[in-house]
Amino acid sequence: MHGNLLEVSGLRVEFHTRTGNVQAVRDVSFELSNGEVFALVGESGCGKSTTALSIIRLVPVPGRITGGSILFEGKNLLSLAESTMMQYRGKEIGMIFQNPLVALNPVYRTGFQVQEAVMLDNVTRAEAWCAAIRVLKNVKLPDTEERAKSFPHELSGGMRQRAMIGMMISRFPKLLIADEPTTALDVTIQAQILELLMELRRQNNMSVLIITHDLGIVADIADRVGVMYAGSLVEQGDVFEIFENPFHPYTRLLLKALPRGTKEEGRLETISGSVPNLSNLPGGCPFHPRCPYRLDVCAVKEPEVVEVGPGHRVRCHLMGE
Amino acid sequence: MNPKTLVQSAARNKMLVVGTLLFLTVIGAAIFADNIAPHKYDEMNIQKALMPPSRDYPFGTDQFGRCLFSRIVYGSRIAIKIGLMVVAIQISLGVVIGLLAGYFGGKIDVVLSFLTDLTWALPPIVLSLAVVTVLGPSLEKVVISTAAVSWPGCARMVRSKTQSIKNMPYVEAARAIGESDLSIIFRYIMPNTLGIVIVLATLQLPGAILSTTGLSFLGLGSQPPAPDWGLILSEGMNYVSLAPWISIFPGLALIYTAIGFTLMGEGLRDILDPRM
Amino acid sequence: MFKYAVKRLAVGVLVVICASVLLFSIMQLMPGDPIRMIADPRLPPYRLEELRRAWGLDKPAYLQYLYWMKNLLQGNMGTSITTGQPVRQLIATRLPYTLLLAGTALIVRYVTAVPLGLMAAVGAGTQVDRILVITTTFLMLVPGYWLGILLVMVFGVKLRLLPISGFQGPASLVLPLITVVLPGLGGTLRVTRSEVLETVREPYVLTAYAKGLSERAVQVKHVLRNAIIPVTVSFFLDLPWLISGSVIIENVFAWPGMGRLVWGAIQRQDVPVVQGVFVIITVLTVVSNVIGDIVAGLLDPRIRMEIEEAGE
Repeated sequence: MHGNLLEVSGLRVEFHTRTGNVQAVRDVSFELSNGEVFALVGESGCGKSTTALSIIRLVPVPGRITGGSILFEGKNLLSLAESTMMQYRGKEIGMIFQNPLVALNPVYRTGFQVQEAVMLDNVTRAEAWCAAIRVLKNVKLPDTEERAKSFPHELSGGMRQRAMIGMMISRFPKLLIADEPTTALDVTIQAQILELLMELRRQNNMSVLIITHDLGIVADIADRVGVMYAGSLVEQGDVFEIFENPFHPYTRLLLKALPRGTKEEGRLETISGSVPNLSNLPGGCPFHPRCPYRLDVCAVKEPEVVEVGPGHRVRCHLMGE
Repeated sequence: MNPKTLVQSAARNKMLVVGTLLFLTVIGAAIFADNIAPHKYDEMNIQKALMPPSRDYPFGTDQFGRCLFSRIVYGSRIAIKIGLMVVAIQISLGVVIGLLAGYFGGKIDVVLSFLTDLTWALPPIVLSLAVVTVLGPSLEKVVISTAAVSWPGCARMVRSKTQSIKNMPYVEAARAIGESDLSIIFRYIMPNTLGIVIVLATLQLPGAILSTTGLSFLGLGSQPPAPDWGLILSEGMNYVSLAPWISIFPGLALIYTAIGFTLMGEGLRDILDPRM
Repeated sequence: MFKYAVKRLAVGVLVVICASVLLFSIMQLMPGDPIRMIADPRLPPYRLEELRRAWGLDKPAYLQYLYWMKNLLQGNMGTSITTGQPVRQLIATRLPYTLLLAGTALIVRYVTAVPLGLMAAVGAGTQVDRILVITTTFLMLVPGYWLGILLVMVFGVKLRLLPISGFQGPASLVLPLITVVLPGLGGTLRVTRSEVLETVREPYVLTAYAKGLSERAVQVKHVLRNAIIPVTVSFFLDLPWLISGSVIIENVFAWPGMGRLVWGAIQRQDVPVVQGVFVIITVLTVVSNVIGDIVAGLLDPRIRMEIEEAGE
């Protein structure tokens, strides 16, 4: 595929802990093109946040990227010097985080924190402040001039998230990574924030990589989706395709577990067992202990990626037939 | 945490092991002082005054010919006594006030918190000085007055822990079934505060012993001929050039005890609450 | 902000009042008749009664307290029973020395321990870190007065390098200063170190990196700026402890401060002097705490809001 904004290939991330090496991200590959919204879904601890942080090379110690490449507009970000990488952050790729209350510095005024970002582009303080106000207006922060002078803890959750979004898109990055941006917010505010993100994407033709565990959000805004389990990307493809035609057993169980407003009665489906401890993964396919369709080979060998339709890829032995 | 894993992790924690060992030697010295000490702590022998360490007198003798080693061994009793008294007072006041303030909140909390802040603001040593001026010097008075102003730290900690536990779902559930306040406090809250209280108490001990013996050093605590380490230190001050050992050894004993308690406290903290 | 400061001051005044009531009550417990201590016991009883009235000792306790407070606010702290000098004068001559020792010690402690704490935090887990933490923790366990005596032995007696008694110029400050500073380094170093280590893990630091800020900008503007708050506040909160601590140390070095004054007064049961020192130290403690709280509010907007909310 040509002209991809982002190409992640074979990404591997390891964490060195006292109890051993944990493979948090195992051979993950996916692409993102301009203006596209890609959702990375999975349960807590499946490695989606780590994948996201790898893109801007801010994986926290004791984690380390141990393999693969991350091509952004053709350049491998993993091979850049730190000083060069620094220039990408905020300018080419922005990232917003889950809980804006703790993700914003409590001792600086909100407007200042946006101004701080803008000033990295060599503008005067006054110009930067004006730009900050413009940005905050654009993200619809009410009473913008007033609120810009407030501190983060003086704002509501929704306002803080708007401010953080504003801060990160103030330099018009081509890619915005959103790590669970609405998880800490009320449902009504969630909708507003998502709408804001989509509006911004339209305005700037910005690509969005959204990390979430909420399939509802995926259905709402994503163009393509990738499902992660225990560090592996087990299925990815067009959103409609995946929802209609899930191939991987995990994806299928996830979708079945969604409560649906249909007339069907009966109990909600659950997936038996629990997410494995990443430092103690079962051999072969990580999902096999909980998989209702498992074969003998699943316990022994990790499945390869198989393309089952245009843009639809699955990692499962069942596809081998 | 069940007792077995607790003991296992305890055994693996080097600080705790070493600290407990030191602690036990001090306790041992206190209990078996009669057997360990070669002489009685107040046994005077003027002819043997101010002698340097020797076989008969491992730490030398003081100005009255008393065996310094024996005095220091007996002094461990005083140190332990100080420790126990301070901890007992601190904990009983601190835990009770912290629990009440944290659990009931509202007006009770306001009043108790004010009391806590007030006590916290009192200068530490000065209260002891006032008490001693009026009522005469003695170890007990000094210990009680020092401990009486040192509970706020414990109270604050217990209060905030109580507040966080109070809001846990299982406590709400207990209340929903109609469990009484007293029962909730005893069954859910107190056991969870036990850990931090023990750690705090252990870590406070060295400070308490140091400051109380400091007051004995000034002559305001233990009175002669008590073998209080601080008192011995001050007696030695007059003989700094003639017999430096009189002042050196009690200090070492204090450091030894302090290290023991601190290691124990740090070790306990590692086990009971690594996040602290 | 102003409201916050005023509130803290008001609470401070309340504290001083409560402390003085406490003190006064303790003094009331004193056995014996103060009049007999001051006056000539051979005086006939009616004369003693007159004296009692003159001193206000025939009035009920609370009135005595009010008289005492009234005097106090006018600056009259009574007269020393032993020397007959006004207590105020006695304290005024000694207070500067105590403040000199405690104040200098505070500054030296922070100037030394904070950078070391930063070093330890930056090199967390390395040898440097371990050495710094262990050394200073060990120092915390050393009794100050013992250290003082040791220093006297080595530098004063054996080497005869530095003065060990009284105040004979700036050189006299050295040994007492070292004695007061060393045990305190540990606490400050550890607080600095742990605050920095905790701050580094805060999500807003990650945000700062993600914005594209340079390493230096993040370290200074986000990590340091936040971690330094509790450290700065403890600077002010430590002063009362240093003052109380120097009370003991002053006696090792015959330092002419309040420590010596109060020690002599206690031995001679000179109640007015002890009362005066108690009051002064309490006031200083409260003032330091209030300043510390105000500084906390200045540096951390969250605290300001908490207090303002609580006030409603």
